[in-house]
Amino acid sequence: MSAGSMGNAGRLFDVTVGAGDGWIGEVPAGGRLRIVDLCGNQAVDTLFFDAHDYANRYSAVDTVREQGAAYLTTGSVLLSVDLDPLAVVVADTCGRHDTLGGACAQESNVVRYGEHTRHQHACRTTFVRQATAWGRGLEKRDLTHNVNFFMNVPLTPDGGLSFEDGVSAPGKYVELRAERDVLVLVSNCPQLNNPCNGYDPTPVRLAGWSS
Amino acid sequence: MTAAPGAAASATSAGFTHEVAAGAAWAVRLRRHRALRLTCLDGGANVSVLMYAAADPLERLDVPDTLKAQMSACVRAPMVLMSDMGRALASVTGSSLDWHDAVTGHSTDRQVAARFGPSDYAADRNAWRRSARSGLTDELAKHGLGKRDLHATVNFFSKVVPAGDERGSLVFAPGHAAAGDWVELRTEQDVLVVLSSAPHPLDPNPVWAPARVEASVSAVAAPGPDDASRVFRAESGRALAAAERTFV
Repeated sequence: MSAGSMGNAGRLFDVTVGAGDGWIGEVPAGGRLRIVDLCGNQAVDTLFFDAHDYANRYSAVDTVREQGAAYLTTGSVLLSVDLDPLAVVVADTCGRHDTLGGACAQESNVVRYGEHTRHQHACRTTFVRQATAWGRGLEKRDLTHNVNFFMNVPLTPDGGLSFEDGVSAPGKYVELRAERDVLVLVSNCPQLNNPCNGYDPTPVRLAGWSS
Repeated sequence: MTAAPGAAASATSAGFTHEVAAGAAWAVRLRRHRALRLTCLDGGANVSVLMYAAADPLERLDVPDTLKAQMSACVRAPMVLMSDMGRALASVTGSSLDWHDAVTGHSTDRQVAARFGPSDYAADRNAWRRSARSGLTDELAKHGLGKRDLHATVNFFSKVVPAGDERGSLVFAPGHAAAGDWVELRTEQDVLVVLSSAPHPLDPNPVWAPARVEASVSAVAAPGPDDASRVFRAESGRALAAAERTFV
């Protein structure tokens, strides 16, 4: 199967992740992962780990520095802290994805929006919940700066950074090829307080193929 | 935002000064409300900094949270450096420079060897080329921490500018820091600071030329209601208040 194909051959999984829900699973070396923004403007917070060494995990700042650019799109190589390629973006109908904005947390929501958001659901709660369910030693210590697929966080020459309305739309997708066996941890963002989900979190589709 | 040299100091005890050698790593535990002033002793300095809550190092500096809450693509005064638990770790009380990079990471042995050739203690003694990563992980290990505790560093004295184009190109600004440039932090809870003075990985200098940095520590007053970091943004004030709650 090649990038862009959605056939059944070699299919590993094909799941719909509801708004505010999460997913964790492995994609083998050479396998593909497609993330589809079913309804548009939905941030998909995602972490990647070397499936055989969780300490060798995705590094946003190393990825950004080595490609010389802040945004991820087709051709972007997602690097680990050891500068090993974990995955490559092989198709992207959205065009721009963030990796410097991090994931929302109950604690960061309080900082950004006030105490009344303390008990709203947040991505890093989904991350710890999925990590705990996965087991195998994966825990909060392993949760680091993530990719925000379909999210738009422009940086400006005068040093500005802001969360802007999504550049995505219904049916837009991004597809990655695993460069080694990887563990993928996803939070389908439940954020209600900024435009990253168009103020209405919606489901996304995750499909994986072995080649 | 540029403050006059010395404006942020106001020490209430003698404190101490330590010279971090060029291209070396150092870790220091600091109590709350200490000023940590870093001063470049040579031009072209870079100081890559990791930070942890001393009480529980699982709480650590979170650069994305720090930047998005204060809507900045870099670290500058009077921003608050925030932990992943929504609490202030330190405030940037002043600096002679208006830009400190936090989005492009730090050097690794693989990169340093590829650019500058092999180097080891046997050949080069204490001038051997140690990457920021090797120095930081050495110091982390002394505190029971390791690779899993790495996070995005703040690279004080380095500037990497977004070009504003479609892909968000990031451009290193050579010569940003000169000897005498400084930044001062005020700790807002007890912290572990781990730093390396190895050159920034995007520094185009064809010669390995790490710079010496002076670290000066002194006790300072707690931030008052009108403190510049507290009133900078509502988000900055909330992170400070969250840190203060833990000392009630």
